[in-house]
Amino acid sequence: MRDWLFRTVGEHQAAMRANEYSSEDLTRAFLRRIEEKNQEIGAYLTVDAEGALCAARASDARRAKGELLSELDGIPYAAKDNFSTKGIRTTCASKLLEHFVPPYDATVIQILKDAGAVLLGKLNMDEFAMGSSNESSAFYPTRNPYDPSRVAGGSSGGSAAAVSAGMACFALGSDTGGSVRQPASFCGVVGLKPTYGVISRYGLISLASSMDAVGLLTHTAEDCRLLLSLLAKRDERDDTSISLSPLPIPKGNLRVGLLEGEGLASPAQREALERAKERLAALGATVLPFTLPSPHKALAAYSVLMSSEASSNLARFDGIRYGSRVDHSDGVLNLYTDTRGELLGKETVRRILFGSYVLQAEHRADFYERARVFRQEIRDRMLASFAEFDVILSPTTPTTAFSVGEIRTPTQMYHADLCTVYANLAGLPAISLPFGTEEGSGLPLSIQLTAAPHGESVLFSVASLLECPQSAAWEVRV
Amino acid sequence: MRGYELVVGLEVHVELKTKTKLFCACSTEFGLPPNTACCPVCQGLPGALPTWNREAIRLAVKAGLALGCRIRRVSTAARKQYFYPDLPKGYQISQGDLPLCEDGSLTVDVEGVEKTVGIARIHVEEDAGKLMHVGDKTFIDGNRCGTPLIEIVSLPVLHSGGEASAYLRALREILVACGISDCKMQEGSMRCDVNLSVRKEGDDSLGTRTEIKNINSFSFVEKAIAYEASRQIGLLERGECVLSQTRRYDEKTGETVLMRTKERADDYRFIEEADLPPIRLADAQIDAIGQEIGELPRARRRRLSEQFGISSEDAAILTSDPSLTAYFEEAAEKTSYPKLLSGLVLSELLRYCEGEEFSSPISAERMAELASLMGDGVITSSVAKKLILRLLDVDFSPGEIVEREALGQIRDEELLSGYVQEAIAEMPRAVEDYQAGKAAALQSLIGKVMAKTKGRAAPELTRQLLEESLRREGGNGDVLL
Repeated sequence: MRDWLFRTVGEHQAAMRANEYSSEDLTRAFLRRIEEKNQEIGAYLTVDAEGALCAARASDARRAKGELLSELDGIPYAAKDNFSTKGIRTTCASKLLEHFVPPYDATVIQILKDAGAVLLGKLNMDEFAMGSSNESSAFYPTRNPYDPSRVAGGSSGGSAAAVSAGMACFALGSDTGGSVRQPASFCGVVGLKPTYGVISRYGLISLASSMDAVGLLTHTAEDCRLLLSLLAKRDERDDTSISLSPLPIPKGNLRVGLLEGEGLASPAQREALERAKERLAALGATVLPFTLPSPHKALAAYSVLMSSEASSNLARFDGIRYGSRVDHSDGVLNLYTDTRGELLGKETVRRILFGSYVLQAEHRADFYERARVFRQEIRDRMLASFAEFDVILSPTTPTTAFSVGEIRTPTQMYHADLCTVYANLAGLPAISLPFGTEEGSGLPLSIQLTAAPHGESVLFSVASLLECPQSAAWEVRV
Repeated sequence: MRGYELVVGLEVHVELKTKTKLFCACSTEFGLPPNTACCPVCQGLPGALPTWNREAIRLAVKAGLALGCRIRRVSTAARKQYFYPDLPKGYQISQGDLPLCEDGSLTVDVEGVEKTVGIARIHVEEDAGKLMHVGDKTFIDGNRCGTPLIEIVSLPVLHSGGEASAYLRALREILVACGISDCKMQEGSMRCDVNLSVRKEGDDSLGTRTEIKNINSFSFVEKAIAYEASRQIGLLERGECVLSQTRRYDEKTGETVLMRTKERADDYRFIEEADLPPIRLADAQIDAIGQEIGELPRARRRRLSEQFGISSEDAAILTSDPSLTAYFEEAAEKTSYPKLLSGLVLSELLRYCEGEEFSSPISAERMAELASLMGDGVITSSVAKKLILRLLDVDFSPGEIVEREALGQIRDEELLSGYVQEAIAEMPRAVEDYQAGKAAALQSLIGKVMAKTKGRAAPELTRQLLEESLRREGGNGDVLL
């Protein structure tokens, strides 16, 4: 049996049912693990030990009476620090919100609370979810549990690292252009970005409203399926939320589109992709080549739209009503510029400036409007491709986790999102699955599956054919 | 002003009459303690999201239909972005290229002349909060944040303060009549921005305009327009230029004051509001909303005036309140003398009605009876007035009381002549005046006769008898010659 801190939701429930340990025991063990490892990994920004133990004891009391609330009752988890948590500070890894304690719970936090899950704390991220390495956290970067000299990925780096390092059973993340799948890939865990709108965004601090999705980071696709069944529901507080109406799982031959193209993956990632392809082919799948529609347009459109929406969504962080503000400013205009200038990080400021620029009346048509047209084009083409394929098989990221400080230019960083942004531009569900480790470095390899809207069911079914227990590498490291 | 034409377009903000705000469930009630109707959505807390208030959209569509607009089947929300401490999110949720309603018009009467004012668009948007300055500190009240508004944008086709205020009055009348808004200017539920420019008469091109923000009374709108027009003409006459500016109206001085100069057009960096889905309306939904709109005030005024032969001024008062109109119409059906009825209602009954909304202390049936008794010559108007006073306290049948208490008109010439002679004898001054040519003196003599008969003397007959008697007494006897 694996170390208990790396077990799945189902395994914990079975063990707790058999009285092997209680939710309180498990919660204490995770808290100890966090205490030991967080200094090195930097996955958590805030730990709520007291709240977690309290919730765990309540869960144990329910279990004793046979009144469990759900399959997640008593399961310790953590949330990226851009989910609003009532009474627990929520920073978005920004100086500006360093001391901000929200008065309300995000819908997903509320659902998990009502389901009896135990919130351990809040996880590190790139500031306001802008980045792919967690290096833009205003506090400290998150390190890769497989190799602390490498990044955990981002922006949900804390979420991926926490699950990967046995510091939470599962974690909530957010995915705007790959922010759940890329760190999941780097840290060797499963990362799901669901269909746009099927999990409520209420209380998720927005980056780009038209692309943001609440994402899940788990040990297995089965855990994702379980969590999604609980979290996916129409929320009256989010007008963009919709009910999930699962696509039927294809009968007969599975049609797989295999992404082709130069420079999309390192040899090791390419090799993982090949293995996945062979596995599916061996199981009777038809594998056909697939090429990304207009990759240059896609990245450009993504960059313009994400920055435009971010510049708007972040306008509320002005130091007036909540959050920190600088106290030396004269007049309200200076208060805005000094607060935002001094308390927001470099990458955040860059995107706000870029987004504001492309929305200006004189540039709007050239950038923002064009990007919207591109996006529609890409969405149409992606949706059309699902007439040919049930699922698209691709790398999640071009490479395995890179070293801290290795990537220096923002465009280099943005380019790594190529395979993931399509799902966000078109609102599609996509999942990143760990797929063995790289020879030599021992770093996790991964693949990504993308399906048509509401095709999570298809993703889980294909994942169950593919999933290789990745804990093997772990047993050595724990 | 001579030689110049002024060109005015109005942007009117009207608060929709909903119980809750545009994007959350907070109350829209006026005058609540600061920040007590204010949730995470109103405050723009991180992560909070807006959701459409369907009732607000319904009212906005209703406004569009009442003002003859085309209603978009798909319209979208957009963010208008600027920084100000009363704007919690750093943007106002409004509408951009795809507003809910477009291309409407409103026909108004300006000093008896009909004028049709084009309406460019009507869109839905949220209000901002309120800043309160106390000493050197500023406080923010978020209660107004997210209050549902519509902005009604007219074409620049108004040419005087009078036209502008006639348009505003007509607009208010329709919006109130349709239950779309209270339009209470003192509570800020109707506010007006004036865009004004001047040009030489005969010019086709528009001059540089200024915008006067947030005027909250019709008379201030007229005054602001008058002041601003003469200011602009003054500049041009001196050979100076009108600058594109935002100004405000100072109620104390009656002048417009510079707020800021617009060196270039405001850039609000409009962006799609991706937190809200597009508003999609089916034809059936729009039709159903249209069904709720009854007869509009102007049409009703005309109909009342024509149907009952009453003046358009009287019809205007009778249609100023839907309950009053309904009351009048109910009573008018029960008498053959609607014009007399309207007189009784307007000059007597309304004096005894309190409260904002009309509610009569006397039933429509009783008022109709009174009008009939008057019309049939049974009672005089002065008896009718007295009966109204009594009906305020207790209900009774006017016809029966008139009979029982013998309140009917005195039409007996002999009887009346007696009172006439008494009056003449008691008021020698009036007699002298009348005979000296002051026709008005006759009124006081009639009044005397009325007093003696407790108001029952038939007025016309009394007048005749008085005139005859005075002629007979005839000092200078012109008539006798």
